[in-house]
Amino acid sequence: MTIPAPLRTTLFEETLPGGGHTSFVLKRGQLLRLTDIEGSANVSMMLFNAHEKSERLNLPDSLKCQHTAKLTAGHCLYSDMGRVLAAIVTDTCGWSDSFGGVLNAEEVKAHYGEGRYQELRNGFFRNGVDNLLVEMGKWNMNLADLLMTLNLFSKVTIDAEGRFQFHANNSAAGDLIELYAPMDTLVVLTALQHPMDPNPQYAPKPVQLSWHQVADDGITVLCRNTRAENVRGLYNTDRIHL
Amino acid sequence: MTLTHSDKQPDNASLRSHIAAGEPFMLDIKAGQTVRLLDLEGNQAVDTLFYSASNPRERYDVQRTLRRQNSVYLTAGSVLYSNMGNPMLTISADTCGRHDTLGGACAQESNTVRYALNTRYMHSCRDNFLRASLHDGRLTKADISANINFFMNVPVTPEGGLTFEDGISGAGKYVELVAHMDIIILISNCPQLNNPCNGYNPTPAEILVWDQ
Ligand SMILES: [Zn+2]
Repeated sequence: MTIPAPLRTTLFEETLPGGGHTSFVLKRGQLLRLTDIEGSANVSMMLFNAHEKSERLNLPDSLKCQHTAKLTAGHCLYSDMGRVLAAIVTDTCGWSDSFGGVLNAEEVKAHYGEGRYQELRNGFFRNGVDNLLVEMGKWNMNLADLLMTLNLFSKVTIDAEGRFQFHANNSAAGDLIELYAPMDTLVVLTALQHPMDPNPQYAPKPVQLSWHQVADDGITVLCRNTRAENVRGLYNTDRIHL
Repeated sequence: MTLTHSDKQPDNASLRSHIAAGEPFMLDIKAGQTVRLLDLEGNQAVDTLFYSASNPRERYDVQRTLRRQNSVYLTAGSVLYSNMGNPMLTISADTCGRHDTLGGACAQESNTVRYALNTRYMHSCRDNFLRASLHDGRLTKADISANINFFMNVPVTPEGGLTFEDGISGAGKYVELVAHMDIIILISNCPQLNNPCNGYNPTPAEILVWDQ
């Protein structure tokens, strides 16, 4: 369910290049749309309360309270304080992954070989740990704040023995995910291949980011209708705006 | 599911400690030591976190651990990796067969979402983690990350559902880990009264340590 154009105002647009990292405050009442430009994108994301950054995305809480291991439209992304940092209001690709996390420098070297700035200039091989730490350092956070990441656009399933299966090309060109912020949320992103992607070539994909103001929080109705837990989570979120 | 028994004898343990239901517990162990967590009465969740004693910012990393072993469940043979990519401990024996590392710890705040708003003032694992961490002084809230729930059974369906099954543990089941570095162990023996998995009855656990 995409919000009709008259109910939203586009504030800003930008392309996050493959390998890039960024962070910004998505203000209460705003919506972030991420669009997979070429297909097969993966965006690793962390979320924080912009005013109290020790309050962070808690994927175990998000998964268990919604009885799901995948996250898609109708799901909320919970902090460790029982509040909703973002509600997934639209998702045309249907699955974001909570298992894979991000690679560090040694793991990227093992996956793709050496790709230094010395030889490749800005085409050098980036890694998720360093990209996220750089962004977090800008907000005065450190390694202790680096927790589980949500890998947007990526699908990983579990077989009967508990083994992972990565689904290549889960996201097609034009697929989009929209996140609505019911509180001021610091968003930290990096666009890198999923750690379980078997492609031996380092080839991270770009995504389009666009920021919107929406008319009211009626947009959360899908999440409220999905599970009673989300009604309580959004109630907890409203409580900090007393 | 394969079960792996240990030949270690409780009589030779260098430390043996009872952890009452609902209590926090913190312990330092040295590289090379083996630690056993024992489910005394069965189906008790022992919520556990691991830190490097020499740099507590280095800690158990669930996503790296799962990815590197290509499995969503922990059992004998699983290596627990840190957020810096180093092996911290290996599960050397396991008579339960499967442990959860996705479900995290109960908290006042998450209880209000999961169960009901009026559970806010009940006791919880994250309260326990904070109490032990702040008394000890080496750990703070920032260090509390996704933990392991030893003895908990949280299967993932092929469709991506997360289910909470009755426990597969029982009285006397145990898991044993050997440490590859000096480790701080932070435990909350779960006080959860809202979850049918433990029959609404939190029970005690025991921890044993061997030097060899
Ligand atoms: Zn608990």
